This record gives sequence, structure tokens and C-alpha cells, in this order.
Amino acid sequence: AKSTKAATKKKEEAVETGTGWEEWSQGKALVRPPDQMELTEAELKEEITRILTANNPHAPQNIVRYSFKERSYKPINVVDQMAVHFVLEGSLVHQDSEEARKLRVKEVDGGDVEEAGDEDRPDSAASRINKKEPKVTNQFNFSNRASQTLNNPMRDRICQTEPPPRSSFSATANQWEIYDAYVQELQKQEKNKEKQKGTHSQKDNGKSKKVMLMETQSEDVTKWTMASKILERTISQNTFDDIAQDFKYFEDASDEFREQEGTLLPLWKFQYDKAKTLSVTALCWNNKYQDLFAVGLGSYNFSRQGCGMLLFYSLKNPAFPEYIYPTSSGVMCLDIHAQHSHLVAVGFYDGCVAVYSLKEEGQEPVYKSTAKTGKHTDPVWQVRWQSDDMDSNHNFYSVSSDGRVVSWTLVKNELVFTDIIRLTLNCAVSEGPEGAQAPTSGTSFDFHRQIDYMFLVGTEEGKIHKCSKTYSSQFLETYDAHSMAVDTVKWNYFHPKVFVSCSSDWTVKIWDHTINTPMFVFDLQAAVGDVAWSPYSSTVFAVVTTDGTVHVFDLSVNKYEAICQQLVVDKKKTKLTHVEFNPIHPVIIVGDDRGYVTSFKLSPNLRKKPKAKKGHELPKGPEVEVAKMEKLLSLLREPDQNSG
Amino acid sequence: MGEEVEAQMKRIEATKGVIGTLVVDPDGVPIRSTLDQSMTLQYAGQLRQLVALARSAVRDIDPQNDLSALRVRSKTNEIIVVTENNYLVIGIQKLPEPDVSMGMGTGSPLGLEYPGWLQKE
Repeated sequence: AKSTKAATKKKEEAVETGTGWEEWSQGKALVRPPDQMELTEAELKEEITRILTANNPHAPQNIVRYSFKERSYKPINVVDQMAVHFVLEGSLVHQDSEEARKLRVKEVDGGDVEEAGDEDRPDSAASRINKKEPKVTNQFNFSNRASQTLNNPMRDRICQTEPPPRSSFSATANQWEIYDAYVQELQKQEKNKEKQKGTHSQKDNGKSKKVMLMETQSEDVTKWTMASKILERTISQNTFDDIAQDFKYFEDASDEFREQEGTLLPLWKFQYDKAKTLSVTALCWNNKYQDLFAVGLGSYNFSRQGCGMLLFYSLKNPAFPEYIYPTSSGVMCLDIHAQHSHLVAVGFYDGCVAVYSLKEEGQEPVYKSTAKTGKHTDPVWQVRWQSDDMDSNHNFYSVSSDGRVVSWTLVKNELVFTDIIRLTLNCAVSEGPEGAQAPTSGTSFDFHRQIDYMFLVGTEEGKIHKCSKTYSSQFLETYDAHSMAVDTVKWNYFHPKVFVSCSSDWTVKIWDHTINTPMFVFDLQAAVGDVAWSPYSSTVFAVVTTDGTVHVFDLSVNKYEAICQQLVVDKKKTKLTHVEFNPIHPVIIVGDDRGYVTSFKLSPNLRKKPKAKKGHELPKGPEVEVAKMEKLLSLLREPDQNSG
Repeated sequence: MGEEVEAQMKRIEATKGVIGTLVVDPDGVPIRSTLDQSMTLQYAGQLRQLVALARSAVRDIDPQNDLSALRVRSKTNEIIVVTENNYLVIGIQKLPEPDVSMGMGTGSPLGLEYPGWLQKE
């Protein structure tokens, strides 16, 4: 290779050194450059030999070196004739050499890293081919060039916003809060529904809004009326705490020692300032609210007639009446409707009847009879509600001294009257229509509890007539009861045949309506004001007399005497006028002529139930009461039948 | 209606044994009182909290229920609170002495011998 290289080099040299000379030797004289040497033909044909030698033409031929031996410059004949044209350093390593071994070890460890690091090297072409083999750093030529990028300077930038307004909220989640939330939701939904419905509903809402406004404008006092009422009652309960306890729990233990007698324990006393001059003329318990009772106030004194009053008391508040209705004329009688306990029928001294409704506000009766509408001409002594008629209108009956028994019907806004019967002097039938049929005055009446059409009327002469609603001209029966006016006549609660009557002739008589003579007669040494059957026993009744005594009789215990005779008011000053049993509590109320009403609790002896025989269960129910009475009556009847 | 309530309140206030009454509106402001200012405010403040607590207790057990009255009896007094429409009607009553029988009738000889509550057994 070298020789050929040298040869080619030499040829070039030759051409270089003698450019003109060569062209001249060939003899082509087609184109002659202007500076070509002019030669003759002979010179052109001259052959010149050219010799290839291995001499480097550039090598100097006259190198002189100083020789210290000879102390002179000596020319060097032998000159290095090598000319280096190209040098390439290789990176190949023999595979068996030690270095190869070293590299193989390195390759296993982390040849990739080395490969990557050596990418920058210019001799990297070889390394790319041998990727699996570890990159070998050139021991001699390796240089690590690190460079650092520009680190951006760190700068803190702070921004503070305004904190959102905070407020502490705490709430409890109770059952009722959850419930309230639901209720509100429901209401909202309903309101939305209503809004969707239409204009007419909007109008209603408008009206209701107006009502709301009115309420807020009106006095605040109305908001807590009920509350103040309850407060009053609570306070009075505290004040009369012992009475309330007595009422509920006290049972007279000493009754066990007294064989048959009982006592009356005084409980509350009801009085009203403005009623002090009036006497109690009527008492009636309310069926539905058994602590409420009505008191009618007027005057029995014929000459002194003033105004009257209708009061309602509750046992819960003895200090003050619940309802007060002043009336122009004295109240003589009253009755509370059994089912509609807000309706009260009242009979007056001036002959009017009126119906008050407790639901209505205001002091005027809902209905009132006037001269035109058939009011009585004399005092009305008794009124009684009856069951509704066929048109389901309420109706009540009244009896008066003018001899008429009148039925009043509440038709819409009016009081329509119907004469049921006229009481006449029932002289011998033979008198007939010719005789003067002077009306007698009825002083009391009572309707049979089971037989609707039958009723009894007591008259001023002392006779009791048994009448029927359907027969207006004739009495079914007449009893010669008393020598003076019959004050009260009452059917027994249980036994359908028995009734009691009392009169100012000092007597109380018990009758069987099928028999013309009384079963029992009691003489009480004083004018009898009122008699009342007890609602719990068919044989117990109470009588009040004008000497201030209350007598309680129990016929199953003692047929001849009262089992309780108690002086309840001052004998000289006050007279008792009326008595009534409470429907469920063992309490009676007694009215007197000073406008007071006193309540008493009946001791256990007065409320005896029939004793059960050993082994038998205690029988209950009205049948028992009836049986009890029947037993008594049968005892009496037998002697009658025997004698009669 | 308003007059009746007024009359009622006057009656209560005049009742023997009643130390004072006061009425608090829903906002907690006493609108009517027979006690002096400081006592009124004290009672109103204390009782409002008590009523709220009692009401919470009642309604927690049955949310459909609501408190109607609260009575707090102490050695000497009884405080009665009646709620209606979020108004509080409060009465403070001095408890009657246990031996004295109150309000008995005029003439009955038996009633005064043994006051009823002693004979409860």
C-alpha cells in the first residue's frame, strides 16, 4: 500500500514539478497555451525516461547534523522517506484482552449509563452499534463535562385574602326540631299547591290575611285568655287544696262504725256577689262536662220580683262562675240539653221561656218567647228538653201556673210552640164541657225516662196527673198526692214504674204509677223544697227542707227513716231550695235562698251497692237496681193486695 | 273578651295568697305585672329558660305534644306558669298552711273535725 501510495504521490509530484516539460514530450500540438515552452522537433522526439522511486520528494536531502564526535557538521545521507498521509485511532479492543474483560464486567453493572454518558463523544458511532456491550469510557481521552442550567431565582409571593365572614352557629337537633322542620316543609308545599290552584283561592288567602292583621291589631289580652283561666283554676285548686283532696279521696272511715247512717262532707261553696239577694231556684248538672253545673237565680217571693241570673259554675273554680247571664226576670227553672250541652232552656217568672247557647258570646238568649209566640202568662215552673222531633229540631217542654203544658220547638231562628195539654180542674167527669174548666197551675213535671210520651204533672192543688203527649184532652191517671202544691215530681232513674213527689205539706211520697196510693210516705217536719233521685242507685234519694236540713234516704237500707239527716246551713237564716246529684261523682249540690250553692260529698254509707252473696259475683247494671226496687215494692204490694 | 280577661286577672291578683302575677309576651318582655321591676325581670328571665327546657323535654319525647303548664312548688311558694300562644301567664302563690282549712261551709259540724287530707288512708 505504501509503495503504491508513494508511487501515485510521486507521479503527482512529477506532474507538479514539470508541467510544461511533460506536455512538450508528448508532442500534441493542437492547443498550445501561450506560455508553453517552445521546443524543437528533435527535442520533442527525445525520449525521456521516468523512474519510480520510493523517495519522498518532500523529504529534505541535505539535512546536516552536528556530530559531536567529529565536531563538525556532517551531512546525513539517510533520510526518512516516509510520509504520513492519514492516521485514524481505533477503539477496537481484542475480546480476549484484559481490558475487554474489564469492560464486560462493567457492562453488566451499568453499561447503559455509560452508553448514555458517552453519547456526546465524537466516536460514538461505534458505541451505538454495540449497544449491549457496556460502554467503555476512553481511559485516555475521557472528559466529563457537566453543565448547570440556569436556576431561576426563587421568590416568595404572598397574597392574603380577606377571610370570609364567620359566625358561630350552634343548634340542637331534637325530635321536635326535626318534626317542626317537616311540618314547615309540608306547609310550604301546601301553600305552593294552593298558589297553583287559581285566583279564587288567592282571594281566600287574602281574606285570611286580613283576619290575621285584625288579630294582631286587637288587644294582646285575648291571646292568653285560656292561660289566665287555667291560672285562676290552678290557684284556686291550691287554695282549696284540702277540699280538692277530700273530694277525690276522702271516704269517711267512721261510716263503718255507724251502722246505716251516712254523712255529708261539705266541699266547696259557690257564691257570687251579685246573686246575694236572689235565691237559688234551679240547679242542673251538665251531662257532658260533669264538673259544670247551672244555677238559676230568682225569687220565690211573689211580692218581691226583681231581675234574675243564670250562672254556671265549675267545680274546678269555686271562686267565680264560668258563665254569667243576667236576666230581666227571675229564673224559675232550667234544663241543660242531654246531648247538646251548650243549650240551656230557661223558664222565667214572667212566663217567658228562653234558650241560651253557651257557645255564643253575649248575654242574650238565642231564642226567647214573647207574648206573641205563646209565652205563658204565669211563671214557668219547669222546663225539660226532649229528644229531637222528626225533623231533628230540638224541642223542650214547659209547664206553668197558667195551666198549660207547652212544647217548644227550635225551628231555625224561631221558637214555635205547641200546646200539649191544658190542665184543668179535674172534677167529676160528668161535668163535661158545661162546667167551668178553670185551668189549674202546674208546678212541676217530669218525663218518663224510657217511655217517651208519658209524663207526670204536679199541680198546685196537690194532684199529680199522668199524661201522654199524644192525648191532649185527657189524663191517663190522676193521683191525689198532696194537700199543698206539688213542688217536685221525679221518675226513678232505673225502675220504670216508680216516681217520687214532694210538697210543702211536709211530705215526700213514693209511688208506683200503676197504683193509686203511694208506696212510701215520709213526713219530714218541715216544708220540703226539693227531692232528687240518685243516679247510681234506685233506692237512694235526697230531700231538702226549708229548715236547712238535707235528708238522704236509702230504701233498701231503711224504709222508714232517712239514713242521713244533716243540718247544712244556719236554720234560721237560710232555707234550702234545691238539690241535685252529680251524674258521676258522689257529690250533691244544694242551693239555698241566699244565692249560695254548697257542695257535699256523700259518705260511703249513702252509696251502698247491694252486697254480693258469697260465691256470686257482684251484679252490676241497671237491672240490679230495678230488681232491688221491685223487691221492695213487692213487699208492699202483697199486703196491699191482701188488704185491698 | 278583653274585659273578661282583665277582670279575671284582677280577680286572681286579688285572691288571698297570691303574691303576684305577671304576663310575658313571646319576645320575653313582661307586659303585665304586679311585682316590682327587678322581681319581674328576674322571674321573667328565669322562667323563660325553664319553660324552654320543659318544652324541649316534652316535645323531644313526642313532637306532636306541647307544653301547656308548669308548676314549681317550693317550700313556701308555688310558681304556676301557663303557656298559650307562646305567652307565659305566671302566678306566684303562697302555699296555704296545712292546718288551716280553707273555704268551709258555714254550719256543718262534721267537716271541721278532721281536715280531709289527714284521712287519706
